[in-house]
Amino acid sequence: MNTAQVFSFHGGIHPEENKTQSLQLPLGRPSLPSELILPLGQHIGQSSRPVVNQGDKVLKGDVIATSNGFLSSYLHAPTSGAITAIEERPIAHPSGLSDLCIVLHPDGEDRWTELKPLNNWQSIDKAEILAYLSNMGIVGMGGAGFPTQVKLQGAQKSTLSHFIINAAECEPYITADDTLMREKTHELISGIEVFQHLIQADKVIIGIEDNKPTAITAINAVIAERNSNIQVAVVPTKYPSGGEKQLIQLLTGQEVPSGKHPADMGILCQNVGTCVAVHDAIYLGKPLISRITTLTGEALTSPQNVEVLLGTPIEHLLAYADVQHSRLNRLILGGPMMGYTLDSAAVPIVKTTNCILAASKKEFPAPAPEQACIRCGMCEQACPASLLPQQLLWFSKSQEHEKAEHYNLFDCIECGACSYVCPSSIPLVQYYRHTKSSIRDAREANVKSDLAKQRFEARKARQEAEAAEKEAKRLARQKATTAKSAEPKKAAPVADSIAPTSKTAAPASPAVDDTKKLKVDVAIGKSKLKKLQKQLLDAQENEHLEDISALQLQVTDQENLVAELEKQLAAVLESAPSVAKVPVDDAAKKAKIDAAIAKAAVKKVEKALKKAEEMQAPEVDAIRQQLKDAQQRADELEQALSSSGSVTPKATSPATPASAAELDLAGQVKKEKIAVALANAQINKLTKRLANAPEEAEAIQAEIDAAKQRLQTAQALLNTLVQSQNSTQENR
Amino acid sequence: MLTVLLAIGVLVILSLIFGGILGYANVRFHVEGDPIVDQIDALLPQTQCGQCGHPGCKPYAQAIADGEAINHCPPGGQATIQALADLLDVEAIPLDGDHGTETAKRVAVIREDECIGCTKCIQACPVDAILGAAKQMHTVIADECTGCDLCVEPCPVDCIDMIDVGVTTKTWSWDKPQGISATSLNIIATDRQTEGTHS
Ligand code: SF4
Ligand code: SF4
Ligand code: SF4
Ligand code: SF4
Repeated sequence: MNTAQVFSFHGGIHPEENKTQSLQLPLGRPSLPSELILPLGQHIGQSSRPVVNQGDKVLKGDVIATSNGFLSSYLHAPTSGAITAIEERPIAHPSGLSDLCIVLHPDGEDRWTELKPLNNWQSIDKAEILAYLSNMGIVGMGGAGFPTQVKLQGAQKSTLSHFIINAAECEPYITADDTLMREKTHELISGIEVFQHLIQADKVIIGIEDNKPTAITAINAVIAERNSNIQVAVVPTKYPSGGEKQLIQLLTGQEVPSGKHPADMGILCQNVGTCVAVHDAIYLGKPLISRITTLTGEALTSPQNVEVLLGTPIEHLLAYADVQHSRLNRLILGGPMMGYTLDSAAVPIVKTTNCILAASKKEFPAPAPEQACIRCGMCEQACPASLLPQQLLWFSKSQEHEKAEHYNLFDCIECGACSYVCPSSIPLVQYYRHTKSSIRDAREANVKSDLAKQRFEARKARQEAEAAEKEAKRLARQKATTAKSAEPKKAAPVADSIAPTSKTAAPASPAVDDTKKLKVDVAIGKSKLKKLQKQLLDAQENEHLEDISALQLQVTDQENLVAELEKQLAAVLESAPSVAKVPVDDAAKKAKIDAAIAKAAVKKVEKALKKAEEMQAPEVDAIRQQLKDAQQRADELEQALSSSGSVTPKATSPATPASAAELDLAGQVKKEKIAVALANAQINKLTKRLANAPEEAEAIQAEIDAAKQRLQTAQALLNTLVQSQNSTQENR
Repeated sequence: MLTVLLAIGVLVILSLIFGGILGYANVRFHVEGDPIVDQIDALLPQTQCGQCGHPGCKPYAQAIADGEAINHCPPGGQATIQALADLLDVEAIPLDGDHGTETAKRVAVIREDECIGCTKCIQACPVDAILGAAKQMHTVIADECTGCDLCVEPCPVDCIDMIDVGVTTKTWSWDKPQGISATSLNIIATDRQTEGTHS
């Protein structure tokens, strides 16, 4: 037997133990309840993700929910049966809120799925064992339910000096770990060996309070029997020696500094329950589906420890322990120091539930009313974390969060020792819990608002960049167009008059822009109208008489505006070139083609007639008839074409000047202009030649005259064309 | 006379030296930007909703620095007003109802089968919390949504709802204790009598 040295920690209290009540009866095994409720969040971290559906049949030990991230765990069916629902049920939580649970209806057979123990655990990779433990749903069973594989991963990063097994169970009333150590001593030691194999710590110490002599004897016997080098440290009974940091201090003399974890100091702590669960998983292949829980309190006739399936409703257990409802005043989950009151007995047992305390009124009288702090300093004497509770209270009350943090509020383990000793009955721990959650909320909000700010600013930057790019493109385009329109100016001296032509050709797009703008206006107007109508409705509902008339007026105005805009839009759409022009153009084209075909037919027939006349053929008359018919058709078509030609400009104007006819006109103008320019140039050239070669003077002079003649006719034609163009423009 | 002159001379030299040091420090440790605006901005909730009448929180921070009232931000509510009052050392005034009322925290949720993929909401969202593309179904990234409401109005088919973010077991927090209540004054018998007289 190996007994380790024991140190001490600051503070602590000695409340009434009340442990014997639940140790009178042997470990009980309650019957199967009518349904098992399995919350998906039984551990710290992300809730598990269900892998079964309503109606599925499962066997005992089947996976029903898997790990949902790094810090998460598995969940298994505690018995065989059918999944009846996956729904929100009240869970064991101080808020009394509901959360998502898998509800299992047992079939009574309690049939195991095929079990696959990890028999070769000593020879396989350690990472594989960790993964296996995760698959078995093992989490820390002492307190918060920290997924064991994650804790081990952290511990494996450094070499460990101490592996501490927490068997202190310091809180009054609770005897679950005591019972476990008595009943499953061999399993416990085997589980510890598995852990030790995984982490290879220098020292392995079981820390146990001296109020559990039976358990101590049992453990020592097994250690001696196995010749193990596990040490047993018996610590004096003092609350809260089972706190992780306190136990470390008791067994190693080292204090875990503020903000550090035991792993940072090369220390790993595990609860005895977790060790047994690891044993069951590795040696038996059984996942974590049950645990030992203490049922105690004066309201129970037969208080005892029970091995209970996870998900068992607390009502079922109370009935099993013969609860006297008349005496039951408060139902507490956990111990009297760190537990919390339950609103409902329908909540289920989870992986971390170590005690159900059905207290009578005499046992737990209503707390005395809070009074002012008299600065007696008793809380400071009691605090195992060496904090200054009265200062923390002060800062919590005045919401001075920064100062509270500065006084290490987050080192408070919420043990309740300060509240226990406070002569003014101040619920100190609740103040700290409230302040801690406010600080956490504020931090989260800060992170979120920073993120929002970042995203907002990134978006603004992006929009600005986009706008700048657009502007740059627009400038480039503008430059390109000015350059283009400058080019012909240089090429032809008459370019001035080209400007109007290009203008007449372009305006189709402004018209399109107009429609777009009008459409947007209409949409905006409509949404405004909608908003106003809503406001009006609101005002009518809430009887804001003054507002109603004003709003009514606004609504009518807006309605008129929208109607007006819509009318404009309709007008524009009707005359829009994109709609009206195309069919007319098409018709004109078709007519032209038809006319051309008819003309060709006429020509052919004429030819045939000529030939026939020459050869004095007898068909002459028939051909003549044909010719007449063809001529007639050609005439008809020609007429149709000219009329459609005259329709075209009418249809497209007034909104669109760019009609086919006008384009024709513009083209002719251009052509004539070019002709004029050519004639001019020729005259210039000839004049030059005349100067150079006087012997040919007469001939050249004649040529010049001819050219001048041509120029004049071209100029005249151009003038008439430009005139007609102007007049059509004016007509518009 | 000489001592007087000497004293004056020494003082003049000292003042020149310290003036030089201060001048140098002013240049050397020059602070860029307006730190007060950033400090104010850090207290605003960054919902970017524009209810304060400014296009985002930073402009409102600038406006506060320029003298605008501190009670124009409904998403921040009284807590933000209190923080601003503490920072600027002015009185904390109640929220100006003209700009809206403080509401519970909300997120936008798009009824996805009704979304027509118009991308209007994406353009409205100040923090890019909406995911989607033209003619594709859109969705809100709940974690990024600040609950600013701006996407609701532009949606042509009204398929965006603002949903209250309820309390879950993960976000629940302990209430603050009642504090020293009236009943707790009964420390000694005479207290009960004074209690009785004024109730
Ligand atoms: S609850 Fe916190 S402050 Fe109070 S004694 Fe425990 S650790 Fe110290
Ligand atoms: S024990 Fe209570 S009354 Fe005494 S100093 Fe602490 S908080 Fe104040
Ligand atoms: S009202 Fe508040 S949250 Fe909204 S933009 Fe203004 S400062 Fe930001
Ligand atoms: S999704 Fe809607 S409510 Fe949420 S931040 Fe974007 S615009 Fe605001």
